[in-house]
Amino acid sequence: MSRVVTLKINGQDVSGREDESILDVARENGIEIPTLCQLDGLSNVGACRLCLVEIVGVSRLLPACVTRVAEGMEVNTESERLLRYRRMIVEMLFSEGNHVCPVCISNGHCELQDTAIALQINHIGMPYRFPVRQVDASHARYGLDPNRCILCTRCVRVCDEIEGAHTWDIMGRGIASQLVTDLATPWGESETCTSCGKCVQICPTGALFIKGKSVGEMTKRPDFLPYLAMMRNRKNGS
Amino acid sequence: MTKKKIATIWMDGCSGCHMSFLDIDHRLLDIADLIELVHSPLVDHKDFPPDVDVTLVEGAVSSNEDLEKILKVRARTKILVSMGDCAVNANVPAMRNRFTPKALNEAIYLAPNMAQPQIPHGTVPTLLPQVRPVHAVVKVDVYVPGCPPSNDTLFYVLSELIHGRMPDLSDKTRFGA
Amino acid sequence: MHLEDLQRITEEHHAAEAGLKHVLYVCSGTACQSSRSDEVVKALQAELKARGLEATCEVRQGGCQGLCARGPMAALDQGKVVYQHLTPEDAPTVVETLDSQPPDHLQLPSTMPFFTRQVRIATQIAGLLDPNELNSYIAAGGYQALLDALSNKTSNEVLQEIVRSNLRGRGGAGYPTGLKWSTVAKAPQTPKYVVVNGDEGDPGAFMDRSLMEDYPFRVLEGMTLAAYAVGASYGYIYVRAEYPLAVKRLQSAIKQAQKQNLLGSNIAGTTFSFNVEIRLGAGAFVCGEETALIASIEGGRGTPRPRPPYPAESGLWGKPTLINNVETMANIVPIIQNGGEWFAEIGTEKSKGTKVFALSGRINNTGLIEVPMGITLREIIFEIGGGIPDGKRFKAVQTGGPSGGCIPEQYLDMPVDYESLASIGSIMGSGGMIVMDETSCMVDVAKYFMEFSMAESCGKCVPCRVGTAQMYDLLCKISEGRATLDDLVLLESLCDMVKHTSLCGLGQAAPNPVVSTLRYFRDEYLAHITEKRCAAGVCQIKHEPLEVHS
Ligand SMILES: Cc1cc2nc3c(=O)[nH]c(=O)nc-3n(C[C@H](O)[C@H](O)[C@H](O)COP(=O)(O)O)c2cc1C
Ligand code: SF4
Ligand code: FES
Repeated sequence: MSRVVTLKINGQDVSGREDESILDVARENGIEIPTLCQLDGLSNVGACRLCLVEIVGVSRLLPACVTRVAEGMEVNTESERLLRYRRMIVEMLFSEGNHVCPVCISNGHCELQDTAIALQINHIGMPYRFPVRQVDASHARYGLDPNRCILCTRCVRVCDEIEGAHTWDIMGRGIASQLVTDLATPWGESETCTSCGKCVQICPTGALFIKGKSVGEMTKRPDFLPYLAMMRNRKNGS
Repeated sequence: MTKKKIATIWMDGCSGCHMSFLDIDHRLLDIADLIELVHSPLVDHKDFPPDVDVTLVEGAVSSNEDLEKILKVRARTKILVSMGDCAVNANVPAMRNRFTPKALNEAIYLAPNMAQPQIPHGTVPTLLPQVRPVHAVVKVDVYVPGCPPSNDTLFYVLSELIHGRMPDLSDKTRFGA
Repeated sequence: MHLEDLQRITEEHHAAEAGLKHVLYVCSGTACQSSRSDEVVKALQAELKARGLEATCEVRQGGCQGLCARGPMAALDQGKVVYQHLTPEDAPTVVETLDSQPPDHLQLPSTMPFFTRQVRIATQIAGLLDPNELNSYIAAGGYQALLDALSNKTSNEVLQEIVRSNLRGRGGAGYPTGLKWSTVAKAPQTPKYVVVNGDEGDPGAFMDRSLMEDYPFRVLEGMTLAAYAVGASYGYIYVRAEYPLAVKRLQSAIKQAQKQNLLGSNIAGTTFSFNVEIRLGAGAFVCGEETALIASIEGGRGTPRPRPPYPAESGLWGKPTLINNVETMANIVPIIQNGGEWFAEIGTEKSKGTKVFALSGRINNTGLIEVPMGITLREIIFEIGGGIPDGKRFKAVQTGGPSGGCIPEQYLDMPVDYESLASIGSIMGSGGMIVMDETSCMVDVAKYFMEFSMAESCGKCVPCRVGTAQMYDLLCKISEGRATLDDLVLLESLCDMVKHTSLCGLGQAAPNPVVSTLRYFRDEYLAHITEKRCAAGVCQIKHEPLEVHS
């Protein structure tokens, strides 16, 4: 059994189990920290950097999703500087791809859009990069529009960790990174894809979608995930 | 009180923002005494007048004509408003950015179903290499995202600006709204 | 093999050597091989044979003499004469003058500050032994430290020696090596691993390559001592595949050591067992970052993960793992041989010992040097390095590669140590040192390094993936004279943000070249922006402005 510790988040006294992350404890106490790569039920990669928080006595900013709580910790999730960085991160994501909200199936149900709204972003301060990216519509039921992909790797993880297929992965590096199925073969020709659709449901944007939906029609349902993960852990006896 | 000089311009956009603006409807009459609409695609003045207080800009910067227009407008406007997603983030017009202007012209004007396939010269504006949002070209003072922003939003923006206040749009509109 | 065997081999070796009048070591490192040192060796051997001197004079493959640009280099009789620019055609002249003075153009005065000002610990006698031969290493005192430690010291005694030495990691960050070892030693989980980081991705750096090529046994012995100290049973040497010679030498060294029971089960008849395997990296800079390196060894995609947990606690396959740089490992044997106090007497208060640097750029003596910590940049550049060629003016020196910064003239008298370099916006880094003169444009330099970081970013975290690309684009705009002052403001805020929010050291340090050049050469940026002018004449100014900001 892990011990219970007490700490302060934004000046508020809270308690949590030693094996919980700052994000877990913050959420339990109704303190909002924006996230994109994190999803309950998947492993955490600490990649989007939206959840960075300040911890008294630690010079670096640390991602709340992977940082464990500790006794006496003092966490700040809301400084001027953190807000500025979070806005820049979201602006970076918009500048990196081709996000055309009005014609997106996820318009109005998009975590990227929601995060932008929550951070009061009304324009993108850095130059758009307008990359050239090819849509993959080869799968019978689903599609991938990489123009809307933010490389959060949730699909990669759900496919690997929950479905066990590991159809998705990232190819290339840096700004040239891209999502691929199998060895960069068309999705429809994938020999590993089970067509379970989990990736589509947990994609935060409209990058992965069910064919036949029109603008704004695609609502995602990632809520099955914690349940599946819990059942799996139970089966593995942990 | 002197009337505020208001202008609107239309660049690379679908005119939806202007339609939404017109949907302000009778409420425009409420503020009619406070404003003078000095230039607009709806009013059709030839040249953009000097000393404009507020200009609402619809559309992205897409052609040499847009570029010249927005430079002039900026120079003659106190408060420049990016109205709608095309002005704010280049939106749908920017979807052509993956093609070169040459490839686009050829695909459109030399298409097999054209009666007289020929790329026009001088009669249509020259395309810039990339479509870009207004603030990538000139300074923008107020951003009103939305596709289009609702008439309520636009009315709110206008009323705030003519009363010398900066509108707070955080809970009123968003990209793609 | 036991201590007595070392003694015997050494004696035999010296006896054999005593019968020789001359021994000439021709550098067989990558740089000298590329200027035909192999052929030089063959020509010299043939020449000796032709003159019937092969019984009394030997020509052997040796290691780096430092002045790689003047290769092939060679050293006669423990460095009495140092040769430069040897060609196979010079063989008759060299052999003829073995007992006298070779012609001036072939030799370098051994009184050159380049040689006399160096203090060599990590590279100790690297140039004066055959890197392919275990016995050559043993005869030079090799494996004494290990066998002595295994039979006469506890692992904690070995560890404490490193703690006392105050050695700090040479891979860039300068983390105290003793502290890292203690953490791994204390970690409760087993098995434990030792990993040597030979990824060396900084452009222009080749210190580690040289050590692995010239001194493979030294690296192995250091690593084995480390394993003994922390209680590890298995080790990996991670070498980039672009270093084929280093890989070959290390492989051969591992084989020979295994054969002599200096590696493997029950080393030298003790209860201590340790084995080593080489892993090849595909040449991604980020794979030098320890957590990415671990992922790569495990067979995954080489991307970093957030720390903590640090590898010392949870590394390779989730087990406690000691990761040290090649040069750090090359310092272990001399410390164990001479004691931690001896080492701690060299250098400055907080930076002990020596550092190997790869000098390059606009400097007369390009090559590899080892200098004591605390030496000034001016001594390195103007004495050892021989100053700037063609009568040009010094402008800046870049240390730490894409993670470091540019240091201007006013700091040339600064002592070289971790803290001083950090205080002026650069870092010690792994040892790359690029000298620039007035023909360099600092905007262009910053752009070059940013392009590198952008290309090498793994793409996992947003700030580094997108930020390096945005910063690179802005630097292009500035260098082409298309930028506005607003762009400069954006560049600076990106620098701040990418530094503080990136996941690993690559992103966190990527803005450094920009920040340091902005700090010392801001007027050059401004000249590009407001006057559309590049004083050094490097940047191609484009006169049609695409951007028309008010
Ligand atoms: C992007 C990046 C690249 C690195 N490359 C190397 C490298 O090539 N060689 C190396 O020894 N350390 C490299 N490091 C540092 C390692 O992560 C690690 O700190 C080091 O190997 C520890 O050894 P030391 O304590 O002996 O210096 C790199 C770090 C970063 C962030
Ligand atoms: S900082 Fe760069 S290299 Fe490091 S994890 Fe992030 S993207 Fe990868
Ligand atoms: S949610 Fe923590 S880094 Fe993405």
